[in-house]
Amino acid sequence: MDINLITIFILAVFVGNEIINKVPPTLHTPLMSGSNAISGIAIVGALLAISTDGEISTYLGLAALICATINVVGGFLVTDRMLKMFKKK
Amino acid sequence: MNLFYLISAICFILGLKRLSHPKTARSGNFLAALGMLIAIAATLASSNVLDLKLIAIGVGIGSVIGLLFATRVQMTEMPQMVAIFNGLGGAASAFVASSEFFKVDDLGIIICISVFIGTLTFSGSFIAFGKLQGIISGRAITFSGQQILNALMFVSILVLGSVQQLDILADTTIFYVIVLLAFLLGIGLTIPIGGADMPVVISLLNSYSGIAAAATGFLINNQALIISGSLVGASGLILTNIMCKGMNRSLANVIFGAVGAETSAGSSDGKEMNIKSYSTTEAAMILDAAEKIVIVPGYGLAVAQAQHVAREVADTLEAQGKQVLYAIHPVAGRMPGHMNVLLAEANVSYDLLKDLDEINPEFEDCDVALILGANDVVNPAARHDQSSPIYGMPILNVDKSRTVIINKRSMNPGFAGVQNELFGYDNSIMVFGDAKDMLNDLLKEIKEL
Repeated sequence: MDINLITIFILAVFVGNEIINKVPPTLHTPLMSGSNAISGIAIVGALLAISTDGEISTYLGLAALICATINVVGGFLVTDRMLKMFKKK
Repeated sequence: MNLFYLISAICFILGLKRLSHPKTARSGNFLAALGMLIAIAATLASSNVLDLKLIAIGVGIGSVIGLLFATRVQMTEMPQMVAIFNGLGGAASAFVASSEFFKVDDLGIIICISVFIGTLTFSGSFIAFGKLQGIISGRAITFSGQQILNALMFVSILVLGSVQQLDILADTTIFYVIVLLAFLLGIGLTIPIGGADMPVVISLLNSYSGIAAAATGFLINNQALIISGSLVGASGLILTNIMCKGMNRSLANVIFGAVGAETSAGSSDGKEMNIKSYSTTEAAMILDAAEKIVIVPGYGLAVAQAQHVAREVADTLEAQGKQVLYAIHPVAGRMPGHMNVLLAEANVSYDLLKDLDEINPEFEDCDVALILGANDVVNPAARHDQSSPIYGMPILNVDKSRTVIINKRSMNPGFAGVQNELFGYDNSIMVFGDAKDMLNDLLKEIKEL
């Protein structure tokens, strides 16, 4: 395994820890749905997988693409819908 | 190309950072979405062998389904929705890893890990969804040998993963067995977890979906997946931790403790409680004399969809010059922040939503604590009764208020199977009925007074 990738992984975990700890409890649900949408980044892998040779690989890539797109589109939209409601009077 | 992935990673990080305040949160979400768009565009531009027709089909189908989900889901159903999305995130990663396996036709340890976590996240999330939706019993489902079976499956996966390089078995055989075992393990680990422990499970599955994406990133050598995946993984773990603290339980205890199974007879051990059942008219009179009121919402409020009428009651009381606050326990509801979203939907100003540490001192000079469908999180036994299963759990000290009005459907014990001694306290009164109906009646009575 590439040490560069591991370095990136570890550093990203630390960054994640720092920023997520500052999210107030009131926004925990939008945080979950928003981070859900971000984990839809697998869409990048799906796009690359879909264009490989081999029938099975392509169809698995298509399945991945559909799942990841639902995650991305649904996740960001529903998060926005929630965040819109948080108002201070 | 890597530059664009870096930019999108920065967008995700800054976007999450803006979630630290309700004022900036919406722009943060927008920024994260922009980051995603950049990552997608960079990927599409980078490769010239892309099958655009198939991509259009996939994106089209996914977008329509995602759009329907996002616009149709009710706020009370957010836990189910997040469970589905966690599952799909896991599935997407598992599919990418599987595709890679059939392409290179060689099973490596990273493919094994990626497929394992992704599949487990998928099946576990759909069981969690089933429980939240009421398709599967929300009670903990247990049978003897359950944990041994789970352990066996886990060990088998480990063994298969480590022997895959030895060519004892065909790669495809190992692959399919790992997928099957991971699928079953996801189910096996989730069915023994009861409904009120769902906040922990959902957070944990959220974390898994991130880790699955990161694992897939290692597989296809893609930094964007690694960074985003580990951000989500860290986020889920932090939430898991907060939820565990909110229940004073370890993660191991939540996963393996099977709390909330059918309990053998009530653990109220015959202690007689003197329960005072009041009408809404009497409750309205008590509220009329009060100056400071704290509303304590729980899962019952969500079930009854009573958040809007609760806010109307609060508005009416406020218009009479009274102070109304909301006390939100970290594990109230079925997912982190569940109650906050419901109340935000009902137009409650977010600065009135107080967490445990903020609100507990407020109960000392509070006239009425109005409990709507919460139970275990207000049980004073958690403070002093060492024999109670919820002993040590941080609770909302509602019993310090002058009067506690508790709305419940019936005298059934809470999720933990414990009868709540609060109901028998001298300063407690019960108003039975569905939260929505009760609050509607209460609203009428208050206005008539």
